[in-house]
Amino acid sequence: MAADERLRRTMMFVPGNNPGLIKDAGIFGVDSIMFDLEDAVNMNEKDSARYLVYEALQTFDYGNAELVVRINGLDTPFYENDIKAMVKAGIDVIRLPKTENADMIHELENLVEAAEKEFGREVGSTHLMAAIESAMGVVNAYEIASASDRMIGIALSAEDYTTDMKTHRYPDGQELLYARNAILHAARAAKIAAFDTVFTNLDDEEGFIRETKLIHQLGFDGKSLINPRQIAPVNKIYAPTQKEILNAQNVMAAIEEAKRKGSGVIAMNGQMVDRPVVLRAERVMMLAKANNLIDAEGNYIGE
Amino acid sequence: MEIKQTAMAGTLESSDLQIVLSQGTKGIEFDLTSDVAKQFGNDIKATIKSVLDAYDIENASVKVVDKGALTPVIKARAITAAQRALDLKDQPNWEVL
Repeated sequence: MAADERLRRTMMFVPGNNPGLIKDAGIFGVDSIMFDLEDAVNMNEKDSARYLVYEALQTFDYGNAELVVRINGLDTPFYENDIKAMVKAGIDVIRLPKTENADMIHELENLVEAAEKEFGREVGSTHLMAAIESAMGVVNAYEIASASDRMIGIALSAEDYTTDMKTHRYPDGQELLYARNAILHAARAAKIAAFDTVFTNLDDEEGFIRETKLIHQLGFDGKSLINPRQIAPVNKIYAPTQKEILNAQNVMAAIEEAKRKGSGVIAMNGQMVDRPVVLRAERVMMLAKANNLIDAEGNYIGE
Repeated sequence: MEIKQTAMAGTLESSDLQIVLSQGTKGIEFDLTSDVAKQFGNDIKATIKSVLDAYDIENASVKVVDKGALTPVIKARAITAAQRALDLKDQPNWEVL
């Protein structure tokens, strides 16, 4: 799998035909920027959006953000040209909407590889992710997640999914419980990232925070966002506590100590530290750094 | 290449630029409206002209309303308009991109 240990707490949608939003997308400190060529773009402007995102990717500096583009689905006439343009532009990740099975990922992968060869991009350099938006997609989540070495993540898209399930979204999210867990397990089993769906009611901040806390607890890497205002609350929920950071620092120190002694066994406070504890500590330190909770020397500087 | 039909691209929203390409006979003729025409008018025209050159469009009337677009936006809108004017909306010219 192409998954690395990159933080993916926030993935912000940016409408593909809006120059103002596209030029500003890099200033908010979002982990992933997702340019949308699909639902956010009017049918008659699909070509405009494709060229605009292409030119933006050639020019604007989006810092360390992972750059993702949501292309139009494979049942549309825009699908192949979207793939070619975005591969030529050197996008990090192509996101396929309405993914139902592994064959859809295989088809996408073949076209991406052909485009990489045509435009002189390194074969394998374009990563893929899938949005799961139907009961069929949820049932096939693992085969989708593991369909290609290029896959970096799968995302739940709840608007289409709840419609397919003959329900709609409720404030408590019970209707998404199975899909969230199924997608999360598929992602973890395939060792790729899991992204939660968007929360569309910008006026309900309390609901947004409640939902983000839930998906954080479940184990999602992060959440899809529709507005820069949603970034800070997510980062805050994903930030480790002082206690977690101090504990992680002790674990890291114990690793150093063991290395110095040439010992294969890591001990802390007389107890053996096993691999899951080490992995968790590494992630805590990465989150602490991303939230500016430690300085360059690793000292805690939170409140 | 000859322009086949009048084509428009872009919007009048902030940071965007709207361009209308139609048939011309006397080279590339610009009609530019922009709050920053004095400082950047020539740059805007040069960016559009380079796109038209890439498509071998020698004669065209180019009406442009700029709302503070940056160069990649100007270029993208010009490409969109050119593809549409040449009736190539669904066949991107990958060499121009």
